[in-house]
Amino acid sequence: MARDSQAALVALNRFGFGARGGASGDFINAASDPRGFVKSELGRPNGVRLEAPGLQSTPQLGQAVFEYQAQVKAAREAAAKSGTPGESKPGESKPGEAKPGEGPPPQTQGAPPTPADQKPAARRNLSLNAVAMDIAGQSPQMKASDAAAKPADAMQPNAAPPAAKPAPQPLNVIQKTFRAEALARLQRATLADCGFTERLVAFWSNHFCISAAKGELARIWAGSFEREAIRPHVLGRFADMLKAVEQHPAMLFFLDNQQSLGPDSRAGQNRKRGLNENLAREIMELHTLGVNGGYTQEDVTSLARIITGWTFAGRQGRLGEPGNFVFNANAHQPGPQGLLGKTYDAAGLAQGEAALADIARHPSTANFIATKFARHFVADDPPPALVARLRDVFTKTDGDLKALATALVDSNEAWTAPLTKMRSPYEFLVASGRLLARVPEDPGQYLNSLNLLGQPLWSPAGPNGFPDTNAAWAAPEGMKLRLDIAVQIGSRLSNNMDPLDLLEFAAADAASTETRRTIERAESRQQALALLLMSPELQRR
Amino acid sequence: MDCAENRLLPSRRALLLGGASFAAWAYLPKFARAADGRDPRLIVVILRGALDGLATVAPVGDPDYAGLHGSIALTRDGEHPALLLDSFFALHPSMPEFARMYRDKHAAVIHAVSTPYRERSHFDGQDVLESGYAGPGRVQSGWLNRALEALPRGERVSSGLAVGPTTPLVLRGAAPTVGWAPVALPQADDDTAMRLVDLYRHRDPALASVLSQGLQLEKAASGDDMKPKGGNAVAQMRLVAKGAAKLMAADDGPRIAALAFDGWDTHANEGGAVGRLAFLLGGLDGALAEFESGLGDRWRDTVVVVATEFGRTARINGTDGTDHGTGTIALLAGGAVKGGRVISDWPGLKLANLYEGRDLKPTTDLRAVIKGVLQDQFGLNDRVLAETVFPDSASARPMRGLVS
Repeated sequence: MARDSQAALVALNRFGFGARGGASGDFINAASDPRGFVKSELGRPNGVRLEAPGLQSTPQLGQAVFEYQAQVKAAREAAAKSGTPGESKPGESKPGEAKPGEGPPPQTQGAPPTPADQKPAARRNLSLNAVAMDIAGQSPQMKASDAAAKPADAMQPNAAPPAAKPAPQPLNVIQKTFRAEALARLQRATLADCGFTERLVAFWSNHFCISAAKGELARIWAGSFEREAIRPHVLGRFADMLKAVEQHPAMLFFLDNQQSLGPDSRAGQNRKRGLNENLAREIMELHTLGVNGGYTQEDVTSLARIITGWTFAGRQGRLGEPGNFVFNANAHQPGPQGLLGKTYDAAGLAQGEAALADIARHPSTANFIATKFARHFVADDPPPALVARLRDVFTKTDGDLKALATALVDSNEAWTAPLTKMRSPYEFLVASGRLLARVPEDPGQYLNSLNLLGQPLWSPAGPNGFPDTNAAWAAPEGMKLRLDIAVQIGSRLSNNMDPLDLLEFAAADAASTETRRTIERAESRQQALALLLMSPELQRR
Repeated sequence: MDCAENRLLPSRRALLLGGASFAAWAYLPKFARAADGRDPRLIVVILRGALDGLATVAPVGDPDYAGLHGSIALTRDGEHPALLLDSFFALHPSMPEFARMYRDKHAAVIHAVSTPYRERSHFDGQDVLESGYAGPGRVQSGWLNRALEALPRGERVSSGLAVGPTTPLVLRGAAPTVGWAPVALPQADDDTAMRLVDLYRHRDPALASVLSQGLQLEKAASGDDMKPKGGNAVAQMRLVAKGAAKLMAADDGPRIAALAFDGWDTHANEGGAVGRLAFLLGGLDGALAEFESGLGDRWRDTVVVVATEFGRTARINGTDGTDHGTGTIALLAGGAVKGGRVISDWPGLKLANLYEGRDLKPTTDLRAVIKGVLQDQFGLNDRVLAETVFPDSASARPMRGLVS
């Protein structure tokens, strides 16, 4: 039994988001058939997709941003004309929208403004999840910034200081969309049985990350990028995910490819502009081959030329429906290109697609992906034999990601390696919510906590994504902050919840004597819950 | 408009990532300094993302500069003229504070400089810059930390510090370090914290050690004026520098610290005298001014080293920005700097002189610059510098005379 309990802990924590509380029976189910428990989600490829009312497609969201930006511009011009100093607040033209911290996020733009009558619904359940991490409430200035919709003003160092404390501004369409997307993702992760496929989504999304901090388009597209380019392929083929990612407007925007013009293309000649290597370099360095994967500066430049013309249609829609991926032949560098020892003759879009297909099955890619995959799930320094096996599976199946995930679950290493990895802040917060059996209804507290803990959702500091090693998360201040957040969650705990029951749900007899004793001896239920959330059983995976 | 949203992120991490991370040595160096009354301080500022050195200190006297840097080239005249440093180099106009320090001979520029790294990956480049090794991925410690290990250790710094979650690699290693970041959270009480530390001691010693450090130092964290105030990146850079300076000015404050500013990867719409890079440089300039004013009398003995992982292409790319390059600049500022100089073995910008036909050719090894500073400030000898601090760097002899 003890061994099964240990395996259940591996199934739930290494592969999933931890046991759900309440009547889920997750721990017992996982203990009775650990591998089966993890693998059951792999049999439902469509279950990885995420569709929820109110979530819109990338082109729809692109158009929403274009309209929003036009409104901002118009409001500014009107203000300038009337000589009104101070900022224009585009949100003001849409009365009735939910205020920050109120209202469920979000009907996004295109839909009518969220009516005020939705607010009570949001207040319905303020208990633990609202909780949970109600940090925003403690810090009004943070909330104000969160809601601030004046990036342009913030860029003016000499902008007039606000005369009085400004009223909280309504969320604009970008912020509302971001929150809606975040909420949908959080709810899915909280509700999932084991959460293995949601963990896979998070892994691939971080591997192919964009950053919402890049600008308005990136922020509004962060969620749709993951839904459209990542999720459909998490149990599909790597090459398909690669193509979907590199052709997604969010990625093209994030790494500047929409601005890159073939120097000898018609557009390049006319506009005297040219190449931008950013996307091409990161495709090879971060997405596929890895930094030592055997490419040269020449290859980077060459791939940059090959993917010139990969862009998305802008607001005027000259190239196509605004917000859609388009291949702009006018911007494409003409002629064959050599890349990684091979010549790509095909013209147009096919040239880049052929190159990506080859890069996807390059041996360096198999090695890079296998290593990163094993590092994420098993150990900072993963067992070489496991990495080698994953690499072979990746190669033999031509990048079948379901086969890769299955091989990981089938391996012995994944079950025998000690649970030494730290949960990332996202994993910690989701696992806490699951254990407390609270489905998030407002993403605000989660988003604020992620900011504080150094993992702002969909906003890593660079295109290499968030770090995936213990050194990043088991750090002094990070742990102190986690404890503060755990105390916050504990302080809102209602007295009808028994922390010892929660320990039973989370770890049963795999819990250590010391953890059990620490919880038993706590001076209050609130303190006990904070200690439980911070226990090694809940922090390590 | 890049990063506009990032600027508004309210978290302390945003300060750390969008603005800066700051970390310092946990001990005072034990210097027998009574003799000359010097109490040297060193601040290392890492600019992550690769600073365009040609846009920051422009070789306006080089006949090829204007053509290569095109629409974003700085000029001697016009609406926002560059600030002339000498007859050949001119400083970006958004750095008036640095220009003033330069005129006062308390700031210097080293141009056409680079680490030994010759590829163009940010992450590997930063690894080389900060680890001090000749190649990436070799070690999990930084040159500054190894320099600290070579110094005699005095009293532990115990006031006013909380440990930062993102100690820059340059300061990671065996020598214990602490950091500071503004606090914005209600904190767990001591009892809860101690119970958890006790549990960790029994079950998870690694976490026990990490959390204990966090608790110990957070407790002593500074006053209200160190809380984040939101605002833009410029304000945040200043804020972090101000807080760091305050800590370092204290009698028992740290003498050696590192911080990092992100966001210098200007692939598109870099801007010239005004624009995105100008904005960031204004933030850097403000941070240097905060160090100067915050350190007060201590500024006299201070050297600030500003360095970046590599430079950017000499020729602008097709999107009014610059791609990853090689040679760039390093900046020195501080009362202890023997300044008023642009130090450079200028390679020229003719096509044949560019590194791989695209980048400013590096003619000075950044390690020589840093080794010179470490030697002059802290008396580290050649052997330690060449074997421990910057392994395999004997050929990059310490550049002497940077510190007065």
